[in-house]
Amino acid sequence: MMQFMLLFSRQGKLRLQKWYVAHQDKVKKKITRELISTILARKPKMCSFLEYKESKIVYKRYASLYFCCAVEQEDNELLTLEIIHRYVELLDKYFGSVCELDIIFNFEKAYFILDELLVGGEIQETSKKNVLKAIAAQDVLQEDETPQGFFEDHGLG
Amino acid sequence: MNTDSGFNPGLNMATIRQAINETIERVRMPTPTRLRDLIRQIRAAKTQAEERAVVNRECAYIRSTFREEDSVWRCRNIAKLFYIHMLGYPAHFGQLECLKLIASPKFTDKRIGYLGAMLLLDERQDVHLLITNCLKNDLNSPTQFVVGLALCTLGAIASPEMARDLAGEIEKLMKSPNAYIRKKAILCAFRIIRRVPELMEIFLPATRSLLNEKNHGILITGVTLITEMCENSPDTLNHFKKIVPNLVRILKNLILAGYSPEHDVSGVSDPFLQVKILRLLRILGRNDPEASEAMNDILAQVATNTETSKNVGNTILYETVLTIMDIKSEGGLRVLAVNILGRFLLNNDKNIRYIALHTLLKTVNVDISAVQRHRSTILECLKDPDVTIRKRAIELSFALVNAQNIRAMAKELLIFLEKADPEFKAQCSSSMVLSAERYAPTIRWHLDTLLSVLIAAGNYVRDDVTSSTIQMISSSPANEQTYITVKFWDAIQETQDNQPLLQVAVWCIGEYGDQILYDSELEFTNERPTESTIIDLYNKLLWSNQVNTVSKQYSLVSLAKLSTRIKNGQNNIKEIIEMFGSHLNIDLQQRGVEFTQLFGPYKHLRESLLEKMPAMTINRINGANSNGEMIGEGEVIRSNSSDKVVNNGNIRSNTDTLLDLLGSGDDIISSSSFTIPTSTPAPAATNNLLDLLGDIDLGAPTISVNNNNNNNNSATSPITMSILDDNENTKIPDVTTMFNINGSSGGNAQANNSNYDLGDFLSSPTLHNTSAKIITVFDKNDLVITFATSRHNDDYIEVLMSTTNNSMDTLEQYLFQAAVPKSFQLQMMSPTGSVLLPGGVITQEMRVRSNSPSAVLRMKLRISFVCNGNPILEQAEVSNFPDV
Repeated sequence: MMQFMLLFSRQGKLRLQKWYVAHQDKVKKKITRELISTILARKPKMCSFLEYKESKIVYKRYASLYFCCAVEQEDNELLTLEIIHRYVELLDKYFGSVCELDIIFNFEKAYFILDELLVGGEIQETSKKNVLKAIAAQDVLQEDETPQGFFEDHGLG
Repeated sequence: MNTDSGFNPGLNMATIRQAINETIERVRMPTPTRLRDLIRQIRAAKTQAEERAVVNRECAYIRSTFREEDSVWRCRNIAKLFYIHMLGYPAHFGQLECLKLIASPKFTDKRIGYLGAMLLLDERQDVHLLITNCLKNDLNSPTQFVVGLALCTLGAIASPEMARDLAGEIEKLMKSPNAYIRKKAILCAFRIIRRVPELMEIFLPATRSLLNEKNHGILITGVTLITEMCENSPDTLNHFKKIVPNLVRILKNLILAGYSPEHDVSGVSDPFLQVKILRLLRILGRNDPEASEAMNDILAQVATNTETSKNVGNTILYETVLTIMDIKSEGGLRVLAVNILGRFLLNNDKNIRYIALHTLLKTVNVDISAVQRHRSTILECLKDPDVTIRKRAIELSFALVNAQNIRAMAKELLIFLEKADPEFKAQCSSSMVLSAERYAPTIRWHLDTLLSVLIAAGNYVRDDVTSSTIQMISSSPANEQTYITVKFWDAIQETQDNQPLLQVAVWCIGEYGDQILYDSELEFTNERPTESTIIDLYNKLLWSNQVNTVSKQYSLVSLAKLSTRIKNGQNNIKEIIEMFGSHLNIDLQQRGVEFTQLFGPYKHLRESLLEKMPAMTINRINGANSNGEMIGEGEVIRSNSSDKVVNNGNIRSNTDTLLDLLGSGDDIISSSSFTIPTSTPAPAATNNLLDLLGDIDLGAPTISVNNNNNNNNSATSPITMSILDDNENTKIPDVTTMFNINGSSGGNAQANNSNYDLGDFLSSPTLHNTSAKIITVFDKNDLVITFATSRHNDDYIEVLMSTTNNSMDTLEQYLFQAAVPKSFQLQMMSPTGSVLLPGGVITQEMRVRSNSPSAVLRMKLRISFVCNGNPILEQAEVSNFPDV
C-alpha cells in the first residue's frame, strides 16, 4: 500500500501531497522536508530507490517535477514506478502535454485525477480511458451547476 | 398551515426576499480573489516576507467570510486555503468550512469539501464524527460520483472509529452493480480491514464473486482485498486456497490474450493486475506443496514469456521471481528465477540492478550456490557510484563469503574498504573481522588480513576490531607473532595517524619487542628497528598531537613492558615514563607515577609484573554459530510487565534453548553485540577485589573497578590488559589504579598518588561483608545496571537489578531480560516500571535457584529500550557474581 505521494519541483517546492496514512501535520512536514533534500541531493544517474525509516521510497523525475512515493516493504518498487508513470500519462492526457505550471494552477484537478487512479493507496483502475472518462463526467457536473450570465465570476475562478 | 393552497404569501415573500438579499450582497460585497489570481499573486512575491504578507491578508479575509451563513464563494475560498496549506502555512482553521461544503447539495462544493477533508483533517480531530455522518449520507446518494467522492475520502482518512461506523455501508456498496462504485468500495473494505482487522468477517461473503468479474478495476481491487484478508489470518488464508485455479486462469488469460489497447502497457497486458495476482499466489503457495504445484506452470510461462526490454516486463519478472523463491516451487523453476536475477544484475538500468541485489540477498539462504555463480558481478557492484547499490552489494558480498572463496573475496572487499565512505568503513571492517575469524584458511593469512583491515579502514574501525586483532595475535604461535610484529612495525613507519593501527602495533612491540629486535634473520621493508629507534619512536608518539589519548595509554604501557624486553636503554625508558608523572592527562599521569614505582622502590616486581601476557582464549562465537541463529534472537526470557503470559514452564524451556545455543563448554561466551572475547579472568582476584571494595565502601568507583575486573575491555583499559597475568601480584596495580582515580578525582592533579604506596595496599585488612554485594554489570552510554546479590535462607540467591539512567534523555519501553545456564533456575519478578526519566531508576527482582551445588552462575543480559524514538538493544554478560 502506498503511504504517501509527494510532487515537488527541482527548487524543492512542494506541488502536491497525498497522504494515505495518518500523521500529524508536523510529522508530515518533517518527512517532506527530509525527503526533498535527500532526493534533490542525489545525482540523476542514481537508482530511483531509497530506504527511509520503515518504508521504501521510489522517486522519478519528469522534466522539472519530482514524483516521490513511499511504499511498504512488501510492495514492488518497479510497479510503483509504473504507477507514477501512469499518473504522469493521465496528467498529460488531461492537460495536454502537462507542465509544472498546469499542476500549480490546477492543483485541485491533479488531486481529482490521482483520486480516480488510487483509493486508499492502492490502484483502483488500470484503464486510462476509464479514469479520464470519470474525471470528464465530473467536470461536466461541475460546469452544469455553475450559472452563466450576469454573475459569470462563479466557481473557483 | 395550509401549505397545499396555490398561493402562500409568506413563503413566497421569504423566497423573494432571500433572492433580493443575495443579489444585494453580491453587488455590495466585493467578489473574492479568484483562486488562480491568488496563486499568481503569491508566485509574484519576490521575497519570503512579501509572500507571507499576501498569504496573511488572504487568510484574514477567508476567516472573515466564515461568519456568512450561505456563501456562494465558500468553495473558492477554501480552495485557496488548500494552496496556502501546501506552501506550509497553517490552514486547519478551515476544517469546519470543509464540512459545510461537504454538506452542500452542490457537486462543486462537495468535490472541494472532500478534497479538503483529505488534505486538512488528521485522525485526532473531533470533526471526524461530523464527517462520518456526512459520509454516511453521501454513500447513499443517487449520484455515483457523490458516492465515489465519499468512498475515496473514506479510503484515505478512515480512522478505526470511522471504519467501525461505516463498515456496513461499505459492505452494501461492495455488491453494487455499478463497477465505478464497487471497485472503490472494495478498496475501502481493504482499508477498513487494515485499520480494524476484526471487521474482516463482514466482508468475507462479498468477496466470493469478485474474481469472476471481467472488469479489471474490480479484479485488481478484489485481489488486493483478498491479499489483505489472507495476510490477516491463517484461517482466511486456508479459506482462499481454493481460488488458486481462478487466479491462474486470470493470469493465463492476461498473458495469452491478444493486444487489448485499454490495459496495455508497452506490450504487456495489465502489469498492475499481473503483479497483484503474482503476489497473492505467493501468499497462497507459501509452505503449501499442493497449491505451489498448481501454479508452477503458469509461473514458468510468465517467467519465460515476458518481454524484458522495458521496465514493465522486469516489474512482472521481479514479482514472479519473488513468488518462485517463496513457494514450494520446482527446482528447475528456481534455477530459472536465479538466472533472471543474474540477468538483472547485468542490466544497464540501475533500478533493475538494485532489485537484483535486493532479491539475491533474500534468496541467499535458500540457494547459496546459485547466488555464488553471480559473485563476480556482485563484487562489480561494490564499485557502483550509487550508495544505495553499494550498500546492497556489500551486504550481499558478506553473505556470500565462505571457506572456499574467502581469499578472493577478502581481496575484493579490502579494495572496497580502502575506498569506501566513512559510513561503510566501520561496518565493513567489523564484518571483515568476523568473516576472517570464521573462514581464515591459515593463521598467517588471518593476521595479514587483520592488518590490512586496520590499514584500510583507518580511524573508522570500531573498538572490536582492535581488540580482536590483539587477541588473535596473542593466541598465535610465537613465529607468527614475530612475523606480524615486523609487519606492524613496518606499517607504522609509513603512517602514525591511524590510531587503531598504532594501538595494535605498539601492543605488539611491547609484547614481542625482543623477538623482532634480536633476530637478524628477519626482513624489514623499512628501516630495521634498533633499541634506540624504537625508543625514539615511542618518545615521538607519546608527545605527538596527532596521537590520541587511548593510543598514548597503549604506548605508555607498551613502553613499560619493553623495558623488560630490551637489553639496554632502560634508563631512557625510565626518563620518558617519569616525565608522565606530571602529565596533564590524569590517566597518563597516573600510569606514569605507577610505572615510575616499578623503576624505583619496586624494581624487583617489574620483571614479573610485565611478563608476556598468556595467550588469550579465542572465543569463536561466530564460527560455532555459523549454522545456527545468533544468540539472543528471541531466545531470551521475556519478563516485562506487559507480557504476563509467560509462565515458569516457558521460562525453563527458553533458558534451555538459549544455553544450547551458547554451547556446552565451560568457556565464557561473549554476547553477539559485544564480540570482544574475554581473556580468562581470575575469579579469586575478582572476588577479593570486590570484598576489598565493599569494605572501603567507595560507592561510585565501583564502576571503574568492575571495568578492570571484567578485563575484557582491552580498548579502554590497556593497563589491565597488559599487566594482568597469572601472577598472584596481579591485583596490586589494579587496586592502585582504582584508588588513584578516586584520589585524584578531586581535581588535585598533583602527584600525591604516590602516597598510596603499593605496600600499603597489600597490607590493607580484608573483612568479609555479610550484606548484599553490589556489582555493576553494565555501564554504557550513561545507563548503569547494578546487581545486588544476597542469599536467601540457602534457598535461592536474590538478585536485585537496578538500572539508573544517567543520561538527559527519557528511555521508554525499557525491558530487561536475563538468561542463566541450565544448572540454574531463574524466576523474574515484575519490574518497577518501563519508563526511565533522566536520573530515574527501575528495579527488578530475580531469584536464582541452583540445581547443582558446584555450578558457577553466569547470566546473559539483554536490555532494550526506546531513546528519542530509536529502539536500542544492548547485551551483556555477567560472570563475576560474588560468592554469597
